[in-house]
Amino acid sequence: MEVTINLNGTPETHEVEPRLLLVHFIREKAGLRGTHWGCDTSNCGTCVVWLDGKPVKSCTVLAAMADGRSVRTVEGLEQGGQLDPVQEGFMECHGLQCGFCTPGMLMTARALLDDNPDPTETEIREAISGQLCRCTGYENIVRSVRWAAEKEQGGPVTESETPAEVTA
Amino acid sequence: MQVPAPFAYERATSVEHAIALLGELGPEARVVAGGHSLIPMMKLRLARPDALVDINGLGAELAQIRVDGDELVIGSLARHADLLGSAVAGEHFPIFHDAEKVIADPVVRNFGTVGGSLCQADPAEDLAAVFAALDGVATVRGPAGVRQVRVRELHVGPYETVLAPDELMLELRVAIRPGGGSAYEKVERRVGDYPVAAAGAVIWLDGDTVRDVGIGLTAVGAAHFAAPEAEAALRGQPATEESFRAAAQLAAEHCNPSADQRGPVDYKRHLAAELTTRALRRAAARARGQEA
Repeated sequence: MEVTINLNGTPETHEVEPRLLLVHFIREKAGLRGTHWGCDTSNCGTCVVWLDGKPVKSCTVLAAMADGRSVRTVEGLEQGGQLDPVQEGFMECHGLQCGFCTPGMLMTARALLDDNPDPTETEIREAISGQLCRCTGYENIVRSVRWAAEKEQGGPVTESETPAEVTA
Repeated sequence: MQVPAPFAYERATSVEHAIALLGELGPEARVVAGGHSLIPMMKLRLARPDALVDINGLGAELAQIRVDGDELVIGSLARHADLLGSAVAGEHFPIFHDAEKVIADPVVRNFGTVGGSLCQADPAEDLAAVFAALDGVATVRGPAGVRQVRVRELHVGPYETVLAPDELMLELRVAIRPGGGSAYEKVERRVGDYPVAAAGAVIWLDGDTVRDVGIGLTAVGAAHFAAPEAEAALRGQPATEESFRAAAQLAAEHCNPSADQRGPVDYKRHLAAELTTRALRRAAARARGQEA
């Protein structure tokens, strides 16, 4: 069947089997590898993308179910060469180590801040509770999201305890 | 890579179209809404439908949450997040918000649906216990027309309902009666897991007397997710801790938990009693306006 998905503002049309999962449409058909494919059981959340503006686990949605709809992936966060504040926050506060969970975390964080621009630590932890990170212990992810919230609020952006500049 | 076995895919453009498609495609076709239970089962070949009928386009008809006369009406295609975010549902039945806060995780709740959860008929489904406690009624439509099915009569067994292969659940109705309170209590191993056990209660008080009560249980092998023996014992009794414990004990005695990786039978039976007590206690406090 033919499926057309508006992917980060660009229509992507491909001939697919009905059983193709959205995550594989994004990665294999459209070639956007930013969205990671993890547990395959809707537990880990690294495959989170937005479907018509809401975060969903793309390993548990058929590409066919997204036909005619809009999908935003981690590649769609940056606008005109400017990183999204949540991406900056993850850099500033060392919100990632291996980076595997990061695309899903970023998409959920962006949705949270759109809905609730000044979330508490508890609200951030609740928002990402369906996503797994094996590196950070979540502490730095929470800080990263707070950093983005404060930047967007125009308030003081707190210095994180981890060095802002991390060399490879 | 886990991918479902091949199947035919059709997208319904109306309720009538969905029912016609189900009729044409035969008994091995399944409805897909959120798909958050069905698709994982298809990946594991625990479900292997020949065809899927996608009803996600029917939101305008099937995703409303509203009050109609003296009933709360929840469309089958309402997402879990819609129910959690519904002020009108929470105002009349806080049990919905208690339960939805602990169903799956926030991202899964964005796509999983109320009707899908009930029709999947998982023996550990939270909403089955909630609607059993509330004695909700499902409106179901097939080629011959519409019929009403009490949620307490919906489930035949694990993953099996009384719906015919060409019937579609349209909405759920719960009677709004004054003087009531409701609550849901669940123990899960971690966020997003199925319950080890969970109990829901709705209670109506006349002063300090229990006028009526509904109790739902899930994941502990309670027939039709309900505890009718406990309800019968509690009606007309004083709304006290002692009566709640006695009723909860009956609920625990009449359920039939299985030992699995979530715990042994004794532990689950203990939870059935404890969680029923807590749910009754909180429901009664809410009926008295003591707790939000």
